[in-house]
Amino acid sequence: MNALLLLEQGLNGLQFGLMLFLLAAGLTLVFGIMDMVNLAHGSLYMIGAYLMATFAQATGSFWIALPLAMVATAVIGMALESGLLRKLYERDHLSQVLATFALILIANDLVRMIWGPQALLLDAPQALAGTIEIIPGAPYPAFRAFIIGVGLAVAAALYWMIVHTRVGALVRAGASNREMALSLGVNVKRLFTLVFGLGAALCALAGAMLGPLLAVQIGMGESILIQAFVVVVIGGIGSIRGALVGALLVGMVDTTGRAFLPILLRGFLPNNIADALGPTLAAMAVYILMAAVLYWKPTGLFPARG
Amino acid sequence: MKRILAAAALACMGFNPAGAADKLKIGFISTLSGPAAALGVDIRDGLNLAIKHQGGKLGGLPVDLIVGDDTFSPDVGKQLTERMLKRDDVHIMTGIVFSNILLAVAPAIFQDQTFYVSPNAGPAELAGDRCSPFFFNVAWQNDNLHEAMGKHVADKGYRNVYLIAPNYPAGRDALNGFKRFYKGATSGEVYTKLGQLDYAAELAQLRAAKPDAVFIFLPGGMGINFIKQYNAAGLAAAVPLFGPGFSADEDVIRAVGEGMLGMFNSSQWNRDIDNPQNRRFVADFEKNYGRAPTLYASQGYDAGLLIDSAVRAVKGRVEDKNAFRAALRKADFKSVRGAFRFNSNHYPIQDYYLRLIAKDEKGRLTNRIVGTVFRNHADAYVKSCKM
Repeated sequence: MNALLLLEQGLNGLQFGLMLFLLAAGLTLVFGIMDMVNLAHGSLYMIGAYLMATFAQATGSFWIALPLAMVATAVIGMALESGLLRKLYERDHLSQVLATFALILIANDLVRMIWGPQALLLDAPQALAGTIEIIPGAPYPAFRAFIIGVGLAVAAALYWMIVHTRVGALVRAGASNREMALSLGVNVKRLFTLVFGLGAALCALAGAMLGPLLAVQIGMGESILIQAFVVVVIGGIGSIRGALVGALLVGMVDTTGRAFLPILLRGFLPNNIADALGPTLAAMAVYILMAAVLYWKPTGLFPARG
Repeated sequence: MKRILAAAALACMGFNPAGAADKLKIGFISTLSGPAAALGVDIRDGLNLAIKHQGGKLGGLPVDLIVGDDTFSPDVGKQLTERMLKRDDVHIMTGIVFSNILLAVAPAIFQDQTFYVSPNAGPAELAGDRCSPFFFNVAWQNDNLHEAMGKHVADKGYRNVYLIAPNYPAGRDALNGFKRFYKGATSGEVYTKLGQLDYAAELAQLRAAKPDAVFIFLPGGMGINFIKQYNAAGLAAAVPLFGPGFSADEDVIRAVGEGMLGMFNSSQWNRDIDNPQNRRFVADFEKNYGRAPTLYASQGYDAGLLIDSAVRAVKGRVEDKNAFRAALRKADFKSVRGAFRFNSNHYPIQDYYLRLIAKDEKGRLTNRIVGTVFRNHADAYVKSCKM
């Protein structure tokens, strides 16, 4: 185990964490400001990825398809919010969970009807197909490096928006005390729709970035949604800063767990037991992290509500 | 009186020695959605082609093929199995791609005394001490293709190999099979989550371990993603990649493209095996489905031919379990792979070939047989099967 390898795995963890952040950011805002549990967030990610793959195929260009997919997904998200989800804000969490779970099933079947059951292929843009040497001696895939760049840029932009703009102030007000913000005359309807659209656009961005690395397929939203929820819970509901820290923590723990846990176990267990235990423990590492955070900080690392 | 009672008892068991079924109900469960869907779809299409070649019948009986998508989930597979056994009352079941799903549904099928003809999954468990008189595998035992690659990699003089497989029964069978014939050092033996699609962490470990060859067993979308990421990480030029036919057949070649050129892999079947039934199968598969068949498709097709031969031998009386079993055992059909017979545990004894991905005369990337690794090869578990 050398420093170079640790550094490379660090980059991998960063890359995965930043993608989780794109999903968790939208999720935590919706959860924090509207007090709404939206399980269909993962479906928006799936729809974004499918639209991205379709537009990329139609236009032949990754770069033209990207803004198209983000805008289209944002529109779908806003339509969903104003048409259906708005009616759920006043209901309890159980109704919200049931309704948005139904949305997952509907979205999966709609996608199956439109695109068929087979996974779609989305290729990384040609310019980013090679490798670059961020760390000397360890070539790193250029597309993954690009993803890291995009993730950091989005994190910075969101931070700026939340801290320095009027919309950001309203979002923060909504997250820390929704009723107070309401009674001060904030146009919450518009704010909610806007935030939902932003979350949907970020979903599409994540779908476009992860599409070439993973696969554009039905159900892709569910597995990553669970991890995004873990991020939200670790970071503290409604907090963008918490989502960023939580996402990076989850990304790092997951990557290093997969990479180093089996080796570590082999140090003091017989090989066959270590091989059986390693992958299982690595898959659990993220949830152990969540349990530990909840034990010491039940409201998450950066609770938005004081 | 005794005779009447016996007849009544037989009637209660639904056992009708005189009459044949009027149609053959086959329950087909496979993975038809998600990143591994190509495998199940190929098996289904291969089976359908076999039925088509027999004039819409198998063994003279019209076929009622009931298709279910397990969505890559053992739980869904179990629900489908229950439904097909109880409600549809199928005569035969087939179709499953993944061993973990097969192992989850197998007990219910065997308990129901329904035959299962496996066109793919061949777990060690069902070849050895848990072998069943109701189970037939028409493809291979899970270890076999990996054994062939283990022998090839050892013969080529590689001494330090890095191994990767998913963490599920067939993944363990795969690496056990490889190591049965490759006795050299391993600089890494990694089990990844089944269905994992991002291999950044594993590839970084692999690069640092500096192996002189890599062996992967990653079927379907897992293999497609791994090989794409392996190439994107610039490893392809440095370390040769080996795999069984599962990681190097038409489904992977279609998705990865030129990056597959020159990869050695193993299979019991290939499109260039020269016999009349294979030529017809390959030509008609391409004509009907507009794509080249994979080994999965050939296995689905052979499953159809096997069922056809056995149903024909018992003259449609598939309810006569003993006669039907004896007929299946004979494997009296012309397999597209050539010589094929069953061992005492109902797993194949057959040849295994070394294949190389190269350009054919039309410039298409495809597999070509370049050698025979094993002749009349049997699996390693047959001795512990007491049937």
